[in-house]
Formats: sequence, C-alpha cells, structure tokens
Amino acid sequence: MPLDNAPDSKRKYNVVGTRPLRPDGIDKVTGRAKFGADATAPGQLVGRILRSPHAHAKIRSIDTSKAEKLAGVKAVITRDDFPDHTDGDSGLYDTMYNIMAREKALYEGHAVAAVAATTPAIARQALKLIKVDYEVLPHVTDVDDAMKSNAPVLNNKMFTDGVDPKPKKASNVARRFEFGHGDVEAGFKRADIIVERSFKTEATHQGYIEPHAALASMSPDGSAELWCCTQGHYMVRDVCARILGIDISRLRVTQSEIGGGFGGKTTVFIEPVALALSRKANRPVKVVMTRDEVFKATGPTSATSMDIKIGVTKDGLITAADGTFRYTGGPFAGCSPAEFGAMSAFAQFHLDNVRAIGYDVLCNRPKTISYRAPGAPMANFAVESVIEELAHKLGMAPIDFRIKNAAREGTRSSYGPVYGQIGLGATLEAAKNHPHFKAPLGPNQGRGMAAGFWFNFGGQSCVSLNIPIDGTITVSVGSPDIGGSRASMCMMVAEELGIGYDQVRAIIADTSSLGHNDVTDGSRTTFATGMACILAARDAIKKLCARAAATWGIPEDAVTWEKGYAKPAGANAGNFQPLSLKEIAAASPGTGGPIAGHHEYSADGAGVSFATHICDIEIDQETGASKIVRYTVIQDAGKAVHPSYVEGQFQGGAVQGIGWALNEEYIYGKDGRLQNAGFLDYRIPVCSDLPMIDTMILEIPNPGHPYGVRGVGETSIVPPLAAIANAVAAATGVRFTQLPMSPPRILKGIEDAKASGAKKAA
Amino acid sequence: MSGIKVNTKINGDPVEFMCEPDETLLDVLRNRLNLTGAKEGCSTGDCGACSVTVDGRLTCSCLVLGAEAEGHNIGTIEGMAHGEELHPLQKKFIEHAALQCGVCTPGFLIAAKSLLDKNPDPTETEIRFGLAGNLCRCTGYDKIVRAVQDAAKDMRKSNSRKGA
Repeated sequence: MPLDNAPDSKRKYNVVGTRPLRPDGIDKVTGRAKFGADATAPGQLVGRILRSPHAHAKIRSIDTSKAEKLAGVKAVITRDDFPDHTDGDSGLYDTMYNIMAREKALYEGHAVAAVAATTPAIARQALKLIKVDYEVLPHVTDVDDAMKSNAPVLNNKMFTDGVDPKPKKASNVARRFEFGHGDVEAGFKRADIIVERSFKTEATHQGYIEPHAALASMSPDGSAELWCCTQGHYMVRDVCARILGIDISRLRVTQSEIGGGFGGKTTVFIEPVALALSRKANRPVKVVMTRDEVFKATGPTSATSMDIKIGVTKDGLITAADGTFRYTGGPFAGCSPAEFGAMSAFAQFHLDNVRAIGYDVLCNRPKTISYRAPGAPMANFAVESVIEELAHKLGMAPIDFRIKNAAREGTRSSYGPVYGQIGLGATLEAAKNHPHFKAPLGPNQGRGMAAGFWFNFGGQSCVSLNIPIDGTITVSVGSPDIGGSRASMCMMVAEELGIGYDQVRAIIADTSSLGHNDVTDGSRTTFATGMACILAARDAIKKLCARAAATWGIPEDAVTWEKGYAKPAGANAGNFQPLSLKEIAAASPGTGGPIAGHHEYSADGAGVSFATHICDIEIDQETGASKIVRYTVIQDAGKAVHPSYVEGQFQGGAVQGIGWALNEEYIYGKDGRLQNAGFLDYRIPVCSDLPMIDTMILEIPNPGHPYGVRGVGETSIVPPLAAIANAVAAATGVRFTQLPMSPPRILKGIEDAKASGAKKAA
Repeated sequence: MSGIKVNTKINGDPVEFMCEPDETLLDVLRNRLNLTGAKEGCSTGDCGACSVTVDGRLTCSCLVLGAEAEGHNIGTIEGMAHGEELHPLQKKFIEHAALQCGVCTPGFLIAAKSLLDKNPDPTETEIRFGLAGNLCRCTGYDKIVRAVQDAAKDMRKSNSRKGA
C-alpha cells in the first residue's frame, strides 16, 4: 500500500463514525428483501437430496431406475454425474466429494443422490425409490478416539503431513502444525508455579437462521445462471464451474440477501447439485435445505481436545507456555482450523518461550467449515482458563496478571510476526476501570474475564463507482452484505467525496458485472472492500478534477478536491469558481463522457484485533442452571465506521460464544448419528436467556488503513468461552474443563466437589 | 392428491387459494401467494421466522396447514406498513440497527407487534419472554429489545395523544 494510506490522526470525519440508517433497511422490515429461498424461475423444478443414514459406509451401488420412471421426475443424479474435472486439486476434489459422495459415504447426512421433480411431494417420493447398497464400515466421531492407533481410518491414503519422517502407516491425522519460539523446557525450569490442564469442547454450528438455498438454470450449451445465499458468490462461481467442467465466464452467480453465515456459507453444498440437476433436466431447479440437512450436512466447527501447560515466576511473569490442540476436520484433510487454533492460542501474551502444536484430525462428522474466528475460541477457552487458575495460585488479581504479561507493540507474537500498534493493553486497562468490574455481585454469582485475539484478513476486492448526470453515486461491490456493510461502504465513499451519505447507493454486483471478490471472511469486508471503495472514490476524484481542469484550461495537478468541490489548488492556479460534483456530473456528457472510479487489488495491512470480555453469571446450585446476569465487551475497532453495527458485531459474537459455552453441542449416538439436528435440541441462546450486552468501542488506529479501520466481526466470539468458564468457576468453586457447561454438567461438577470435600472432611 | 379450496383474508384483503392437504400455511403464503416475507428457518416451530397472526394470535405458519386458514384472518409482514408509513416497530428496528442479516426480522416484527397489542408497556423481561420464540443469530437481541422498548414508548405517546 502507498504511504498515503496511513491514517491521519488529526482527520475530522463528517460521515464516518455517525449512525445513518442502512439503505436496505426498509426492504428488510417489510419482507420485500429477497433471500435465497425467495426467488423463482419460470418452469422451475424442486430439487431434493438423498443423504446417507450411515456415518461411514462403502457405496456398492446406486439404483435410480425406479425413481427415474416416476411421473413428474425430470432428473436424477449421483456421483456418476460428477466426472472428475479437478485435475489434481485435492481441495477441489474433496469439495466435490462432499457435495456428492463417491466411493464412500463419510458421515451421516452425506449426499448420495439428488432428484428434480415437478412438486415437492414427487421429489420426496422419488428419493424413497432410490436404492443405495451400502456396506456399513466402522466409524469414529471423537477426536481422541480418531487419533488412536486402532481407530477406523477414513482415508487409507492419508499419511500425516508435518512430521519427519513421514509416517508409513495411514492414519486420521492429516497434519501436524507447530508454532512458537524460545526454549519451552528451559522456561518451565525457571517457573515457580506450573499449571497443566486438559480440555475438551464439542462441535457447534454457525446456526444461521436461513438454510442454504439455490436456484440454478443451466442450458445444454453450458451457459448457466445461479442465484444463491453465500458469503462469496465469486467463490461459488469458480468452484461450481470447475466441478461441472465449464468455463468460469459461462456461469453467472447472483447473490441473494444472505440470512447469516458466520463462516458457514464460505463453501458450496447444494449449488453444484442444483446446477447438475438443471443441466440434466434442462429446466431451472431450486434446492432449499431443511434445518435437519443444515445441521447434518453443513459445516459445524471442530470438536477439540487440548492440553495446556503454563509456568510462572512468583512475581507473576510467564516463563513458558505450551499447548497441544487436536481439532476435528470432518472427513477431509485441511478443513479443521487446528492451525489457526495453535497460532492464536497464546497470541495475547508477551512470551519468551512458547510452543503450540496443532493436529488436523479426520473423523466421521460433516466437513468442518469456518465459524467466526475459526479455531480461536476453543484454544482461548483452554489457555485463558489456565491463566485464571495461575493468577489465583499466585494470589494476584487475574486482570493484573494479564496486564503484566500482555502482548504490546514490538512483542514477537506466539505465531511469528512482531506486533505493530495493537489495542490489547487498552482493552485490559479499560476493563479494569469499567464500572462492571467493580460492581458488587449477588449470591451464587461469579465474575470472569478473558482476553482474546483474532488475526483479521484483507484479500481481493474489486469496486466500481459510477456517477450519473445528477451527481449521485452508485457504488458496486462484490462482497455480500451480511450485517449492514452497504451502509459502511456508502459512508466511506461519501466521506471521501465530501458529499452526503444519502447521495450514495451501494449495490452487490453479480459475478459477471465486476471483477473477483474474495469470500466475506476474516472480517475483511469493511477493511478491504471498504478500502477499495475509498480508493475507487479517490480514482473518481482524480477524474472529476481532470474535468474541472479541462473546463478551466489549467493543468490537472492545479486542481484540488475539497468537500465535494473541485477548486483551483492555489492562487497561482487561477481564480475560478469551485465546481461541485453535481455540476461536473451534469456537464460530463460534453466533457468526455461518463465518470467512474475503480479499484481492484489484494489488500494487505489488516490490523490484528483484541478484545477483553467481562461476564457475571449466576448458578442455581440445586439444578446447575446458569444465567448470564451482566456482560461487557471491550474491543479495539481501529476506527468504527458505523458504530451501531460495530456494537452489533460485538454483541452477536459474544452471544454466540455464550451459546457455545453453556448449551450448544453436537451430540452423537453410538451409531455415529447426530441426535440433536434441530433448534429444539440444539439450543442457541434466545432473548429470555440474556441480559443487555454492554459494549465499549476502543479506537487504536490500524496503520494499514486510511481511516485506521480494523475488522471487527470475529474477535468478539473468542473470549466468551473462557470468560464464562472463569465466571462459573468463581460462582461454584469448580473449574470446568469441558464444554458446554450445560446444567447437568455443572450440577455434576458441584455435586462431585461436595462429595470430595465431604470425603476430605471425613 | 386433491386440491382444497380455501377462502381467507390476508392483511385485510379477501384471498382465495387452492392447496394440497399436506401444504402448510407457510408453503401457501410463500409458494402460492408470493408472500415471501415469512421465512422458513426450521419448519418445526422452533425459530419463529415464519411468524404470522391468525385472527390476531401469534402463530408459526409452518405449524398450520393451509387448509386450516379457511375463514380466518391472516396477518403477515407485508401488511404491517400502512402505505408509505412504516409501523413504529419497523422504523425503530432500522433506527436501532436491530437487524444485521435481516432474515429473522419479519418474524420478530410480527411477534413484537403481537406483544405490544396485548401489553403496550412491557418490562424488559416481558419483552424478552415475549420474543423468546424467535431466534436471531446475529444481534444477541440487545438492539432488538431496545427497538421494541423505544417503539412501545412512541406508540404509547401517540395513543395517549389520540386519547386526548
């Protein structure tokens, strides 16, 4: 990035930092907004998918003949309809294998066939007529079991990467990662106190309220259109085209409004299936998942097993930190976020000696996919639980212990890079001074805290900005708007051009109308696509100034842009009446034609993000039921473009973390089948479970962005698991090392502690 | 299967439709009447995204058969605004940033209106329990509760003006 991108600390903002109404608000409160399942096409068919009832089974044969003969059935597809075009790309091959099983079904819910029919009832009936001959195989769903030498091996060509020498025996361990620096063993020798603990967490689902939906229309000539809800329609286009063996430019993907994603809509599931059905039937096909399918066949995050060991001196300095992080990835390599877990686990500390080892482990669960700060919350739960325990052993306030060991500018992070300007210390100090921190607690209540980290990401964005003759602005972006990003994009464009927010309109362009944009992940949209909007606006300003220069007959560099006007740069440039954006736009047909600004790039410089959370919890000692009574999120946003939506990200992430800590989990039976594939039994937090979620936005500018913006979407889910575990420990005197801390588990912990206390007393 | 003819009122307008015996009211609204504001999030009555009112009573339209709508008044999100004028709840949801992705929003608005129709001055706890049948995964509910509180306040003010 050029140097002039560095934030100007003295800059006064007119639009950025205010709270205007979102441009898509009215559509979304009137039911007019079109989400994935809300589109229709003439002559459309209903697509449905047959799924494996087995956790692990060889598919000997699939007989579709009866289904094909059923009146109203227009297409039936299986693995045979997906010839391998992946050309040695193992990630793409796995994606294809995941959307339609090949030799084996690898988890309960794995797609094995699909039909397109004229009505839902006929489609359902057709699925029943498909005969799949399975040879059921032994399965494994638990991460520790999957790593045992006698575990059923999912892929007999899988030899662990990242170990030397490479193993000769196939296993479920796809890869070993190691991060860190210094000498951990020597560090532990210098420690006065060492705490060593093991932890387990269960898989959770992103839990977006909108199930996946796709409407595909593919012609026999290979051209295709696809409408779907996704976090990245360019990714959908590229992956679907490659799986189907067509040119990327022949497939146009339009993204619907998206009803939540949280990382879960960063890959394809039903989209290639809908296209393949449409190709075979030569009619549009709509596929909408049921909630049961969403739970069984789309991305949960990893279940984990972790060991943490941290040593400190008597005066509270950490001498060494060591962790092992085993994460389930589902049936394919490279899907678990074990690497991010190991990288992020100790990132909030200044450490001389640190080691983090991650294992990416295969098992018979759905293919793991990103979930908000993928991999970080579980690792943070384990590490920040041990930190709290160490503070108590030291007789030191946990907040002071954290401040003493906090990473700061110049710290070499546990995953390698040296930090620039970071906001961790500021969030910890703000927590210490927050009224919440000093408020009295009621009976059976405990307070906990934790600090968390997330990397943030930049990536590829392409933005086009058009100025019609009335001088209003249309900005076309390729990042789906999941949580109000259209508003932020308009705000940044208005800020740069020096015009009102109401003069700018943002649209999400389809894949044929704009260059590539990466998936919305890594909290990148406001940072990277936002910066592309700023740079596209600056490009337009150059052109606007050039038109003014031509009008005045002076050199282009003698014109400057200020508050929506082109002006002579100084007295030497000449004495001309400033020209407004509207005036230049109105004259544009005669001064050289339409005026547009563009920017396409791959953004670097996403600033890392830190947050500190404080949680008060009340535990019913008779039932183990818990209630969050107060919750505060303090996070560095760099610069909050639209503070209301920044707060919303803080609150939403915190509440997902609350669900993860207290209730949410994938429950598997001995048969390897998911036992709670619905919102009644997989219980996400509801309104009556929660208090207001207080927020505090800190603004420590990111040097890599012209306004100092940092991504804010993900960090907020990192600290809650540990903050809540620490609060539960304070309320009950019991340290819980397994998530979720559901009422039965808390009750058992309390009763076990009482029993062992009674034994000791006796 | 044989179609069933159903006569009903939707958002005050008389509507006649044909449906199969196994079609839910949600299916009918979305697929036959093109009223796609009600969303299908679960089809088991757990998420509230399909909330409508049946004779003024808050109902998950995925748990009612289309045929059961015969003779009843159905209220959907499409009928909430009066012409250009948004309902106070709709306005406050936008003002308070009470929606992020917005897919749960129609259901929340129907549920919140149903709550305020019965209880114009609810406590925070009453709002939280009144909306406990609606899932939102984006917001953590904070801004939704505040929007409902603020809308209720405005509605009480305008009702008392009308009363005077």
